[in-house]
Amino acid sequence: MPTPVANVEDLALQEYKYGFVTDIEAETIPRGLNEDIIRLISAKKQEPAFMLAWRLRAYQQWLKMREPKWANVQYPPIDYQNIIYYAAPKKKTDGPKSLEEVDPELLATYEKLGVPLKERAILAGVAVDAVFDSVSVATTFKEKLASLGIIFCSFSEAVREHPDLVEKYLGSVVPYTDNFFATLNSAVFSDGSFCYVPKGVRCPMELSTYFRINSEDTGQFERTLIIADEGASVSYLEGCTAPKRDSNQLHAAVVELVALDQATIKYSTVQNWYPGDREGRGGIYNFVTKRGKCQGRASKISWTQVETGSAITWKYPSCILMGDDSVGEFYSVAVTKHRQQADTGTKMIHLGKNTRSTIVSKGISAGFGQNTYRGAVRIHKNAGGARNYSQCDSLLIGDQCGAHTFPVLEVKNKTARIEHEASTSRIGEDQLFYCRQRGLSTEDAVSMIVNGFCKEVFRELPMEFAVEAQKLLSVSLEGSVG
Amino acid sequence: MANPLLKIEDLHAAVQGKEILRGIDLAVGAGEVHAIMGPNGSGKSTLAGVLAGRDSYEVTAGRVTYAGQDLLEMAPEDRASAGVFLAFQYPVEIPGVGNLYFLRAALNAQRRQRGEEELDAADFLQLAKKRMKLLEMDDTLTRRAVNEGFSGGEKKRNEIFQMAMLEPKLAILDETDSGLDIDALKIVAQGVNALRDAQRAMLVITHYQRLLNYIVPDYVHVLSAGRIVKSGGKELALELEEKGYGWLEPEAAAAV
Repeated sequence: MPTPVANVEDLALQEYKYGFVTDIEAETIPRGLNEDIIRLISAKKQEPAFMLAWRLRAYQQWLKMREPKWANVQYPPIDYQNIIYYAAPKKKTDGPKSLEEVDPELLATYEKLGVPLKERAILAGVAVDAVFDSVSVATTFKEKLASLGIIFCSFSEAVREHPDLVEKYLGSVVPYTDNFFATLNSAVFSDGSFCYVPKGVRCPMELSTYFRINSEDTGQFERTLIIADEGASVSYLEGCTAPKRDSNQLHAAVVELVALDQATIKYSTVQNWYPGDREGRGGIYNFVTKRGKCQGRASKISWTQVETGSAITWKYPSCILMGDDSVGEFYSVAVTKHRQQADTGTKMIHLGKNTRSTIVSKGISAGFGQNTYRGAVRIHKNAGGARNYSQCDSLLIGDQCGAHTFPVLEVKNKTARIEHEASTSRIGEDQLFYCRQRGLSTEDAVSMIVNGFCKEVFRELPMEFAVEAQKLLSVSLEGSVG
Repeated sequence: MANPLLKIEDLHAAVQGKEILRGIDLAVGAGEVHAIMGPNGSGKSTLAGVLAGRDSYEVTAGRVTYAGQDLLEMAPEDRASAGVFLAFQYPVEIPGVGNLYFLRAALNAQRRQRGEEELDAADFLQLAKKRMKLLEMDDTLTRRAVNEGFSGGEKKRNEIFQMAMLEPKLAILDETDSGLDIDALKIVAQGVNALRDAQRAMLVITHYQRLLNYIVPDYVHVLSAGRIVKSGGKELALELEEKGYGWLEPEAAAAV
């Protein structure tokens, strides 16, 4: 017999494909956090007074808070005074007006990531608000969107150009008092994306942002705010990869979605930040607060996420179903390998009548990866006729990894209907042998089995993203059986 | 036989340290259908697994030559590309993976390995339709995920369909008749017969004689306690039907 080329434990041993640092001079401020730093950030961004006041309130709140310890993740203590809270690519003139003016090296970075901004924008009809470190450097298709009244810009620009909208909605879903990381974000957030779709407008293209962490030791505090006014609809894509580095990096983003009457927001994420090496050194800490509010009647918010990166993921994209007949959805694939830890899931808060929610969570663990699903479904006493369907499946590759499920149901209305299904399976030698007997290599077999497992989630992703996600998963798990 | 397609010499194999195959000798020529019969635990499925390259079996002695190559040195996927096909006794479910998608990936992986051009979706579908017709199958099975929720009979038919698509040189059918009612058995046997030709050898492993009423073998071998204890023509199967395996056991015992 030949020695088996395949050994299920090793599926995760692929080195990170996107590990490189672009040599661009970054403008940074001193390490540490105090009121002066916050004033400096706000001043650098030429923010109006309400913004600074909000940041300072958040900072005061943060000082009173403690880092949460309830998640099923372990990491050494974070020294919040040893983080640089702001970095921006140095402006040569007054900032690029078009793609041609963008630093060629920056564009080359995107090329390396397989995101040729220009081509992608033109060929795929995707408007890209690219966040490089903390400041948006290129925004495309702005004019076309503007003709429909759609505002799609960097958060900083929104603060300057549309302060009324920002002031009205910022913190209306995730208040600055929400939780330790969201509060920190509120105090120091650097930039992010802003989108407003006016009444009755269906955004004609997928909106997309590529986040990328680049400067050494730069904490990343992105802030995203998306508002779909009455009858509006928008699909937003977020994708990220990061260069390789040695010290752990904190990332604490906040995403707020607001859907008014009969509005629809679809938010898709493919997250592939540096997960650390085999021993877990140097990966990104991803502590994210994502929440959507179905404020209006018959509104809908749908989260789809594919999480393959980060050393630690702490993330629960949630929906507050306020409007009657509103709909919340959460589709998730989370992959952990090497020493990665993911504690992710969702919350569906049913407040309105006949509100519906769907949760489909697929966790894949390889190597020493630990994957936790944490979900809460709350049916308020006034939420008559509310319905929820939850499905949590775990796939294990090898015998050193773990899958954990913590579903919480809290039902205060008798007319509610709730279904919960859960399963755990292992990629078996039988499945692999069956595939190999038909001529497939071990890696192709694993990739096929895993993609089959995730199919219900992938089909929720926009087409081009689904293809990328499948590729990403294959690359992530390459060598896990090796 | 000067140059048989498959030549097994003094093959010994163990599972978890326990010897199951204890010296198998067998030669199978192109175009021949050999039936391997024997009681439970005689090593039939182990033989199939060893030939296909299943990891859990450890070959402790002997040689297997396939089309002039040392079969035991080849990885399972390379054996598949070289034309070795195993119809599984217990076909495995792969949830979420479409049956045709799986089969096309497998076929193209084999073709790449052999240096042949891959089939595009259109050509593949055409071939699939042809094969379904040959096997008198409808396309309901092909639209579902691989074996997921299939009945026992559907799984076995799907194995034969895969065999028809992959066009192996050596097909090993591991207890394809187990768990089938007589109608399902007939359908499967018809499929197998439709795929018989002068280039394709088949090793039909079965516990019962009744499959051999429909797939008539050229040779019958009786496996007992890890050895072939008797070989003969198709009439040997009938004799076994009549007498059971008991009368051969002393021979097996004597041979030890």
